[in-house]
Amino acid sequence: MSRIVGIDLGTTNSLVAYVEGGIPKVIPDAEGKALLPSIVAYTPDGVLVGEPARRQLVRQPTRTIYSVKRLMGRGYADVEGELTLFPFAVEPAAEVVRIRVGERTVTPPEVSAHVLRALKLRAEAHLDEPIEQAVITVPAYFSDAQRQATKDAGRIAGLEVLRIVNEPTAASLAYGLQRLAQGTIAVYDLGGGTFDISILRVKDGIFEVLATNGNTHLGGDDFDRAMVEWLLADIRERHGTDLSGDAEAVQELRLAAEAAKCRLSASPRTALTLPFERFTYRRDISREDVEALITPLVEATLGPCRMALRDAGLTPDQIDEVVLVGGSTRVPLVRARVETVFGRTPHSQLNPDEVVALGAAVQAQILAGGITDMLLLDVTPLSLGIETLGGIVSVLISRNTTIPTMAKEMFTTSVDGQTVVDLHVLQGERELARDNRSLARFELGVDPMPAGMPKIEMTFLIDANGILQVQARELRTGREASIQVRPTYGLTEGEVERMVEESFEHAEADVGARLLIEAQTEADVVANHVERALAQGGALAEAGELERIRAALAALREARAGTDRDLIRDRTIALNQATERLAEAMMDTALKEALASRRADRILESQ
Amino acid sequence: MTRDQDYFAVFELPRKLAVDGDALQRRFYELSRRHHPDFHQGASAEAQGEALATSALVNRAYRALRDPLARVEYLVALESGGAPGDESKGKPRPPMDLLEEMMEVQEGLMEARAAGLGADERARLTESRRHLAERYQAEEAAIVGRFGDWDRAAAGERGALVAWFKERLAARAYLRTVIDDLGEALGEDTETHVAHRRH
Repeated sequence: MSRIVGIDLGTTNSLVAYVEGGIPKVIPDAEGKALLPSIVAYTPDGVLVGEPARRQLVRQPTRTIYSVKRLMGRGYADVEGELTLFPFAVEPAAEVVRIRVGERTVTPPEVSAHVLRALKLRAEAHLDEPIEQAVITVPAYFSDAQRQATKDAGRIAGLEVLRIVNEPTAASLAYGLQRLAQGTIAVYDLGGGTFDISILRVKDGIFEVLATNGNTHLGGDDFDRAMVEWLLADIRERHGTDLSGDAEAVQELRLAAEAAKCRLSASPRTALTLPFERFTYRRDISREDVEALITPLVEATLGPCRMALRDAGLTPDQIDEVVLVGGSTRVPLVRARVETVFGRTPHSQLNPDEVVALGAAVQAQILAGGITDMLLLDVTPLSLGIETLGGIVSVLISRNTTIPTMAKEMFTTSVDGQTVVDLHVLQGERELARDNRSLARFELGVDPMPAGMPKIEMTFLIDANGILQVQARELRTGREASIQVRPTYGLTEGEVERMVEESFEHAEADVGARLLIEAQTEADVVANHVERALAQGGALAEAGELERIRAALAALREARAGTDRDLIRDRTIALNQATERLAEAMMDTALKEALASRRADRILESQ
Repeated sequence: MTRDQDYFAVFELPRKLAVDGDALQRRFYELSRRHHPDFHQGASAEAQGEALATSALVNRAYRALRDPLARVEYLVALESGGAPGDESKGKPRPPMDLLEEMMEVQEGLMEARAAGLGADERARLTESRRHLAERYQAEEAAIVGRFGDWDRAAAGERGALVAWFKERLAARAYLRTVIDDLGEALGEDTETHVAHRRH
């Protein structure tokens, strides 16, 4: 069997890892970075992924897709409420939501597939072998449709997804492998967009999940949004300007808020400075300011914690260890609140950004047969049921049932000669069908018989991925009944096939386009720097130097207009070299000035 | 292991209600290690399908047997001719000795739904709920209290015992529904009613 990698497909960042010599390792990119921003920019010239795409967030906000995980496997009505702060357009659709990027629309699995493909390429470059199989993590509280959408994304990216594994349980595998967590443990996982709590018993190499709960729309993104709303209101008040309709400005505010939030996890105060066209916005922010904004969001994670404890039949004092996973658990308020709920200090010995990917790699190694003494027994997070008369849900499989699991149910016809039986399958905990998440509609084909005569036995099987498989058998004839599945918010088999084909066609072109755009972006950055430098420090230039720099700049601009990425790169390097001496001279002058002014300060002080 | 085995047979246990929880868990881990799809990844499609089905059966069997009340519910379904995988809970029926109180509670609930709760009514429903919750615990204790009778019963006595278990389970199910309805009407979390489930 070829190598299987583990992938953490996150809301904010994604990672790929593998196991080598019994130890899980994250695979870095060529620059040594482990985290790949889960951002995809559909520029007019091609598709960018990761860091280059991040640089397009402010430049091309309507074409740069981030946090797409929040849209995976969801219907328009599910996500409508939170679309206002996305600068890109999400279009209403009866089934899978579509994101408009210029002339075309893309689905969330296609966007995620770009991130997965970038990780696949990274792993192939690092390991020097083709990678075709992966384990991908999802939030434990993801529904069937969200899991299926993730699997589809893998297929579109050219990966066979051998297992969908839950993020908190993956984290527990990483901890368990290194014997860092034993007994009854609670994994509190607050990421960029999702929240999970899982309670496990770790004993004799078996990782048995007792209960899980969560919220697939709650995470660091929501902290950022609360801060952006607050900053927008502050700007309205102090500068009399409403920036909320300005996609670029909102994007800049969001990035600044996110950065400030991260800084405030380490220090009690920070400052924001954002130059806008007509004014520069400056604002001091304290940790208390942010805590006041995010308190309701942090509190919203505590209810699911108590529910999970209750479903596990445990009290907080029966929990031996609390493990923190996900970047948002760096926020001191989160740590403090978790500590009060469980009555013990939570820990995060393994890097909370990496631990899920490491665990995915461990699960991959288990599937490959490389680890035989560990086994994960996970649960289905949501009850599965069918709609019955009057729109009531009849539960077939309750939440927190260990998977794989199955349930059997008998169906018959209500009209003479009826040849189709319709079934509506739902996931959720509410009594009425309309309050739950619609999973799929099934059409059973039956031979015409008097009403009530056919005996159709349906088997609902939830596999180890938490994904539903359905079989139907007519008991009188013993024949398999035909089933037509219409996923409510999923792609059909045909659509996925088409996307897989398209991705093969575009794969080569996409890589070329990406490299070109990266080269162009780099050229722009360097050219802009040089122009600014010439304006400020041109006087320091030696004879003939200015001419040489201007020539190199013009040459770069000419190349930049074309599509020869090697030429652009060569001329970027040439311009850098041409300005080296001048840059040093400017640096010296600046240093001398700084020293001089400090001396002046001291003279003033001593007087 | 065959897919038609009952849950007791899956764990090679006699059809008795006294079960050693630790031994059951050890056996569950053993069976999981043998049948879980994770360890059959390289096998043929057929063998993988078999592992999936067997593993699903083991998981369902463990879920039904590890908890005493789920265990007796399963036993009743099994003795009444229910197929494996079909753990029917029995139709909820009010306990006969509580019929009068139940009528009052249901009336109070209907009024509360129609016109909201006054302070008096709230106090009365809260008291009812406390009383019914106690009764619920008592029903469970009574049911578990007769596990030994079943385990010692001669073949001829079993029918009557199954009927008794069925009746008490139906009363318990009814109480559960009313307690939940009361909790909802009172706008309270039902969290206080954590029972049994796991150890």
